[in-house]
Formats: sequence, structure tokens, C-alpha cells
Amino acid sequence: MAAGAPSSSPSPILAALLFSSLALSRVQAIVVYTDKEVHGAVGSQVTLYCSFWSSEWVSDDLSFTWRYQPEGGRDAISIFHYAKGQPYIDEVGTFKERIQWVGDPYRKDGSIVIHNLDYSDNGTFTCDVKNPPDIVGKTSQVTLYVFEKVPTRYGVVLGAVIGGVLGVVLLALLLFYLIRYCWLRRQAALQRRLSAMEKGKLHKAAKDSTKRGRQTPVLYAMLDHSRSTKAASEKKAKGLGESRKDKK
Amino acid sequence: MLLLLLGIIVLHVAVLVLLFVSTIVSQWMVGNGHATDLWQNCSTSSMGGVQHCFSSSANEWLQSVQATMILSVIFSVLSLFLFFCQLFTLTKGGRFYITGVFQILAGLCVMSAASIYTVRHPEWHSTSDNSYGFAYILAWVAFPLALLSGVIYVILRKRE
Repeated sequence: MAAGAPSSSPSPILAALLFSSLALSRVQAIVVYTDKEVHGAVGSQVTLYCSFWSSEWVSDDLSFTWRYQPEGGRDAISIFHYAKGQPYIDEVGTFKERIQWVGDPYRKDGSIVIHNLDYSDNGTFTCDVKNPPDIVGKTSQVTLYVFEKVPTRYGVVLGAVIGGVLGVVLLALLLFYLIRYCWLRRQAALQRRLSAMEKGKLHKAAKDSTKRGRQTPVLYAMLDHSRSTKAASEKKAKGLGESRKDKK
Repeated sequence: MLLLLLGIIVLHVAVLVLLFVSTIVSQWMVGNGHATDLWQNCSTSSMGGVQHCFSSSANEWLQSVQATMILSVIFSVLSLFLFFCQLFTLTKGGRFYITGVFQILAGLCVMSAASIYTVRHPEWHSTSDNSYGFAYILAWVAFPLALLSGVIYVILRKRE
């Protein structure tokens, strides 16, 4: 009984744990990214990019491997290997002294540069990345084409000419409208200032006449109270009014 | 006045149609059994009358000819649209400057496209027994008409 009970109860739990770990590990995989095609000119260099996505953190045991399969050939030879922080470059094969490691494992970049291209370099390059414990995944391939002169892709010149001319025309139009708007605004401001000055002169003259108008009724009111002769009071008022005018 | 307006619009639309036909139809150069243009080369085989069409080469000069032809069509369409805009918004006595400028630009684009094609066409097809097709001639015809139309717009004044 005691022997039977422990044997039966952990086994379904163990089975469940095993199944879940298997399922999880199936979701884990490395995904490698490279270009599809790369064009290079004879004698120049070309960069073969390789990047990856992994569900694990970048470990110290990360390794990159580049393989080369010549055009029309069937075997792929290994030309580059990077492991444990040390790059190993081909020193005896066709790529002797032509490969340069420019990748950064901590940036998930495993790119290499091939210098001094030749027509015999046409072929397919495979990038293989292993990030223990994440080792299951598909590799990615990039095909290298070597030309005498790299042809520009169709549409680059077309797009550039259309975009350039339209851009220049639009810019010229915008500039023209901006300058015209500024000039019109300055004209309007000048006009306003001119009319304001004229208005100011008239307004000043009107102000003076109203001031005089306001003061004389006071004088007349005082003179009414005094009860002196009308002619004498009028003469006085006139004299005072004139003196006040002269003061102004 | 209305007659003048109608005449100008008819001229503009005629220029537009010429530009469209010249850009799209495949008859810039014709030879015995094959015709090439900006976008594809088509050749009819002698037996059976089957037509094979291939895309034209990706030569830079051919691309610039394509680009300037497309630009001329764009400018002419913009010019027509701006003409109708300006017809209703321009003050009395004003001139249709923008319309005229765009139409003149379209004419200059057609001229540059046809000239580049004339000078550089040996680069993308080598056969020598070719004569120029009607689309090429239409492009050259569209150039002075577009210039004329643009100049008329610049001189024209809006009246009530």
C-alpha cells in the first residue's frame, strides 16, 4: 500500500510536467534572418548580414557558422565559425584571407564581410546560429551574385527624377506665396500706419475744439450769477475766451 | 468671351490627351515586326501572328524618359485643375499665372523626354532598321501646343 501509493500519485504529475516542458520547448526555436540576394561588383567587397531571434538570452556559448555552396555545386563547405567569443576564419580554402568578422553577438549580429570578390564566389551562403540551450531552428540562406558592374535597381532613377522635380516645383511655389504674403502684410501695415497718422491729426484738432466748448459754458454760468450788464459781461467772456485760446 | 474660354479648354484637353496617348501607347520605335516604346518591347512572330512582349531594359536614360513623360502628364492635369480653381477665385483683371506656369512646365518636360529619347535610344536597342512610331511624333507635337497653351494662360486676363 505504502509502496503502491507513491508510485501512482507522482506519475500523472510527472507526465504532465514532462508534456508541458516538451510543448514549451517546441515553441522555443531560433529564427535566423538574412538578406535574400546580395549583389556585388568584381574586386569590391560585400557584407553578408545575419541576425537571429531567440527565446533565450544570449549565452556565452553562442555560435555562428557560415557555409558556402558554389553555384551548381552540391556540397556546402564551412567557411567561418564563431564560438565562445572567438572567430575562426577560413585559412586554407577559397576564401583564404578574404573574410572579415564584423558581427557583434550581444547585438544579435553575425555578419561577415567578403573582400576582393571574384566570379567564382557566385553561390549560396548559409548562416547557422546556435544559442544553447536554444538550438533548434531553421537556417537562412543568402545568394551572392557577382557582376562586372552592379546594376541599379529599376525604379530608382524614375522615382528620383519624379520626386526631385515635384519637390523643387512645390518648394518654389511655397516660397513665392510666402514672399508675396509677407510683402502684402508689410504693405497693409504701412497703409494702416499712414491712415492712423492722418486720423491722429484730425482727432487732435477735434479734441481741442471740444475742450474749449466744455470750458466756456462754465464761464457763462458764472457770469449769469454776477448780474452785471450783458454787454460788459459778454466783452469780459470774449476777452477771457480769447486769452484761453491764445494759451492753447 | 465664352467661345474663347471654350477654345482654351479644348486646346488644354487636346494637349492632355496627346500626352496620355504618347506615354501609354507602345509605338515610339517601329521596325519590321516589332515595336518598342517606353515600357515594353513587343514583337510579332512571322508565323501565327503571336505577340511576345518583354519589359524594356532598366537603363537609366530610359527611366529618365519615363519619369519626364509621367511628370508632363502630372503637370498638365494639375494645370487643368488649377485653371478651374482660378476661374472662380481670381479677382477681375487677374492673370492665370499658375495655370500657365504648370502648362509651360509640362511642355518643357515633354521636350526633354523626347530629346533624351532621340539622343540615347541606341543604348537600349541595337537594331538599326527602325523608324520612329506615331507616339514619338505625338510627343513632339504636344510640346509646342503645350507651350502655346501655357503662354495663352499667362497673357489672358480674367473678365466678368
